[in-house]
This record gives sequence, structure tokens and C-alpha cells, in this order.
Amino acid sequence: MSSNLWNLYPKCKQQGSRIALQDAGCQEREAGSQMSEETTSIPSNRWTSAPSLLKPGPFFMQGDEACAEGAIAAGCNYYAGYPITPASEIMERICQRFAGLPGRVFMQMEDEIASIASVVGASWAGARAMTATSGPGLSLMLENIGYAIITETPCVVVDVQRAGPGTGQATRPGQGDVMQARWGAHGDYEIIVISPWSVQELYDETIRAFNLADRFRVPVMLLTEEGVGHLRESLRIPEQTPFYSRLTDPTRPPFGEAEVPPMPAFGAGAKLLVTGSTHDAWGYRKTVSSEAQATLVERLASKILNHRGEIERTHTHCCDEEELDVLLVAYGFTARSALGAVRLAREAGIKAGLLRLTTLWPFPEETVRRVAARARRVLVPEMNRGQMLREVQRVTPQTTGYHRTDGEVITASEVWAAVRKELAA
Amino acid sequence: MKRGTTASILRYVRPKAFPTPFCPGCGHGILMGAILRAVDELGLDFSQMLFVSGIGCAGWIPSPHYDTDTLHVTHGRAVAFATGAIKFNPALKVVVIGGDGDIASIGGNHLIHAARRNVDLTVICANNLIYGMTGGQVTPTTPLGARTITTPMGNVEPPFDLSRLVAAAGATYVARYSVWHVRPLIASLKKALQRTGFSFIEVLSSCPTQYGRRNEQPSPAEMLRAFKANCVTLERAKGMSAEELAGKTLIGEFVG
Repeated sequence: MSSNLWNLYPKCKQQGSRIALQDAGCQEREAGSQMSEETTSIPSNRWTSAPSLLKPGPFFMQGDEACAEGAIAAGCNYYAGYPITPASEIMERICQRFAGLPGRVFMQMEDEIASIASVVGASWAGARAMTATSGPGLSLMLENIGYAIITETPCVVVDVQRAGPGTGQATRPGQGDVMQARWGAHGDYEIIVISPWSVQELYDETIRAFNLADRFRVPVMLLTEEGVGHLRESLRIPEQTPFYSRLTDPTRPPFGEAEVPPMPAFGAGAKLLVTGSTHDAWGYRKTVSSEAQATLVERLASKILNHRGEIERTHTHCCDEEELDVLLVAYGFTARSALGAVRLAREAGIKAGLLRLTTLWPFPEETVRRVAARARRVLVPEMNRGQMLREVQRVTPQTTGYHRTDGEVITASEVWAAVRKELAA
Repeated sequence: MKRGTTASILRYVRPKAFPTPFCPGCGHGILMGAILRAVDELGLDFSQMLFVSGIGCAGWIPSPHYDTDTLHVTHGRAVAFATGAIKFNPALKVVVIGGDGDIASIGGNHLIHAARRNVDLTVICANNLIYGMTGGQVTPTTPLGARTITTPMGNVEPPFDLSRLVAAAGATYVARYSVWHVRPLIASLKKALQRTGFSFIEVLSSCPTQYGRRNEQPSPAEMLRAFKANCVTLERAKGMSAEELAGKTLIGEFVG
């Protein structure tokens, strides 16, 4: 995060969106610990990088637009979507930009079900494919996201969350889809869900989402909110974009043997047998074999859970002391306000810190447990009635939550007030 | 080897896929062969063909039988999955195969939208007038009065005329035949497979297990003979009165 603009706001303000995300007094650190060991196990020839399409350097952009630009930089060459507030700007930006980029296909489909279906079809045809929506559309997509899980189809699904349930408030932010993103499709599975907190991170994490999708052959969900999606702030386009290329060996079974099997494209002569029914390593339906069911379900989970270090991304802010008075655990837009509250607490002499979850699922439980163990109190502010709170409580039972469900963002002063209340209790 | 013969089309079938899962007397085997005969007679490059199918008995026609790329997807969505594949790689020849429940009920919206936008697909609907796999429930193509497990007193909802529906939605080729009319069906399949744009063939298929036995046609042969007796070509129908056409099914090319 290198954003000169934010130096204009050295002190945090009441508004969540006005919080400087970085300053010298409050060090941001990657909190995940296994990163270096894990990355050595990846076949190195799969990772390359390409020069960024936009001119490297500073830009001022909306979150949704940054997501679209991140997708374009990541080599997204198939996008299908359906209009929905507050995600439509992603589709609009992609549509306009794809028009000038050869080999990239944009489709506005008849609904969200068709959007994700065509994304999966395009992915098997060799595309880096993506769709974006909001809560109501995600609800419609979930059956086919489950299909992408069982057929191990890489794709990126963006959910710009609004206030729900139902149609709710289309133009207001919420974080009510955290559990839906994790558990919304039927059956037993693991999925990767990422929640960026800034326009910069929306750009960077969209690129990471495409790479994780191809690396693990899994749909990756970017769970942002109207707050970040419609936020305008500066971001820096890097010189290079990292790129993981899918394994495509047609001679090995596409649904087994390896932890993450190769995935040849349609038309490459692999005679692919792709089915959403339980299947063996070559794709033959095995709808009554308990062994085939167990083998498939366990591998679909373990290929994610065995590589948490590659997937989980977390950051600590102001967590350098051995003991903290209070730790805030937050994600997405709310993490900005939490950082503001940390600064207000620090000004008042309270040793407060922030553990920011960029990866929500798989839940970074070891990191949360480790950092939370150093804090007297743990507080989870979020724009829902405590969805991530329950998950944090699973590893640190004494955790409390602060919730707001009125379609307004949580402000730094609110979180600071919640911290004071918590410390007084 | 003479093209279009049984010996010739076996090359397009996965040996491991037999025996087929179809009930005795099911019409889908005839359609499975007819499609391969059309492919064989045209000399298409089978390795560049992709068959997409949804859930239902007809979804099993290509998957796992056809020895090329097959995508067996969620119920009703085959046309939408196929749209993604053909739009990203237009060099593929993409064929969708599904039943009336899959294509016309749950997937009806995708069907008319793909026809409207003239996506380069051939969609083959094996219309057996019933949900076979799930136990014989009424579909949007079940005739008025027909008995199904969910219309025990006879169907009271009028059915879709699928071919006319898809023609109205803008398809560039629409035809209807039955599994009795194998030769015109193969000729029609060949025509559709050579078209660029959205082509649709409705194939009346027999389901003695779930439809026939509840509607006085318990034997497979009776069901096939009923197709012969009740189908009237569009040409012949021109010279027939409304009374003569009552209860008949029109077959032929609706959009040529």
C-alpha cells in the first residue's frame, strides 16, 4: 500500500472512508507465518509475470473499476454478468475495456444463473473467466458455484455486498453475505473467499483471486461491499502482474490422482468427461459408490486446507507489543474504521491493535488464535449481526462483537466507543 | 467403411460407457445413434465437437457415451454453459442435448434467450412429454388430458409448442421429428449441424416406463406406432382441415 494521497489525512476522521490506511506510527505487517515454506512446494515454472496493461504508477479510481482493471491485468478474457447495484460498474468497465482488447469476450446474460453457467463453460474452453454480482445475484449463482466446486472449475465471482436480506437496500453497504459465501452452495466443500479493504487491495486481490483459482482449480469469491466498491481513492498500478498458468496435461486424469489435477481445455483432444455428479479420476459418473464420493469430497477439501499458507492473507496493524489491551478483528470496509479506532485508542494510551483478515475463507484460525492470545479483549466489528464473530469465537471464545445492520458503515468513533465499553466491562 | 452405419458410428462411443442406463423401449437410444450418424455422414471432426447436457435421462445421451469433450451440467442450464464455451472458442462445434423438463421448463428462459441472440449452438430437445428420471411428473410439453404422477386426473395445463416457441424467439433453423422418423431426423440433424447460428430440433421420444404405461401405450412398439399415426408433415397439413388436424402433431422444418 503506497498512497501519497492519504498523507493529506494524517489524523483519522470520523468517516470510515477518510481513514489513512498507513502511517509510520502504525506498522502494517503480514500476519500469516507459513507463506515462505508453502510457496516452495509450487512448481516454479507455473508462475510468471507480465507487464501491467495500465501504465504503472498512481491512479485515482473507484473500487468496482479497480476490480475490473485487476481482472483485465490478470488476463481475464471472459466476463459474463447481469446488471445489479452496486456491482454494475465492474461489468460496465469490463465491457468498455474489453472492446479494445482482442481475444476478450464480454457477455451480458439473461440472468445471474446464466452468467455463472457461461463462466464455467468458458473456463473449460480455456478462459480466465469471471462474473460479478451482489447478494441477490449470488443467491442465484450458488448452485452453479457448487457445480464449479465439484468439477474443479477455476473462476472468479465478485460479490459487492449490499444491505439484505432479500432486495434489502441496493445502494447501501452490508457484510451479510460472509456465511453465504462460505456455505451457500449445498453439500460439503471448501472455497476461497477474499475481502479487500481498499481500492488498491481490490485491484491486487482480484489478480490474486485469478491465480488462486487456477492454482487450486476452485472458484474464488471476492467479497467486497458497496463501501469499498463505490469508494474512490488512489491506487498504484505495479510494474508487473503475477500470473499462474493452469496445468493442462491431457495424459493425466483431470479429476484425481494429483491433489490439484491438470485441466486441459475443450477442443484439445483430451475427450473430457466433465460432470457435476460424483465421478472418478477420469470423470465417469459414480453415483452409488461410497468410496468415490468420499475420495472426491475429501480431496476437494484437502487441496485447499493443505495449502492454507498460500491462501490465507492477514495483516496486523499496531500489534507489535507482547501484550495488547484490545485486539480488533475486522475485514473489508469495516477494517478501515477499526484502524481509525485503534489510533483513537492509542492516542488515549490504550494498547489497541487490529488484525485484518483479507482471506475470510478458509478462516485463518491459527493466525487469529496466535494474535488473539496476546490480547486481553477481542472485539469484532462488522456490518451484520455477528457472522465472522462466531468464527472468531470458535478459536477465542471470550470475543465480543459490535454490529451495525442499518445499511450505514460503521465509523471509527463508534468502534472506539465499543472498545471503551468493552474495556470498562 | 460406409458412413452412417452402426459399425461406422461405434468409433464415436466410449467403450467403457456401455451398457446404457436407458430403460427398455426408451427412444433416446435411437436419437443417440441418429446424432452420431449425422456427424459421421457429414464427416465432422468429432474431436472439435463439444456436447453439453443437463440433468435428466436425455442428459445421458452424450455423457458418458460420446467419446469427445462432454460437459454434463446442472439441471436446466446446459444452453447457458454452452454459450460460454462457444463464445470463448468459436472454433468448437457445440451441441446441447436435453429433455423437455431440462430444456423447456427449468431451462426455458436460457433457450429463448440463446435463440434470440442467435448463439452458434445446435440444441436438440429429446421431448418425451414427461420427467422420466424423477418418476413421471408433468412437464410443460405434456399434452392436455395426459395422466402423469402429478396429474392423476389428466393434465389441465396447455403445453408449449416448443418448435413454434423457439422459432418465434428467432432461431435460424427449427425442426420437429420423432424417433419413428429416423431418416428425416438424420437429414435434419445434418442440416442443423452445418448451420451457423442457433438451430433447434425437437425430437419426440418414447418413454414407455413413465409416460406410456399411464396413457394406454404400455409397449415401446405401440408408442412408436403412435408417433407414426399422430404426426403429420407440415406439407401434408396444408391440405387438411382443422378437424382433420385435431390431436395431430406437426413435423418438419418450421424454420428452414
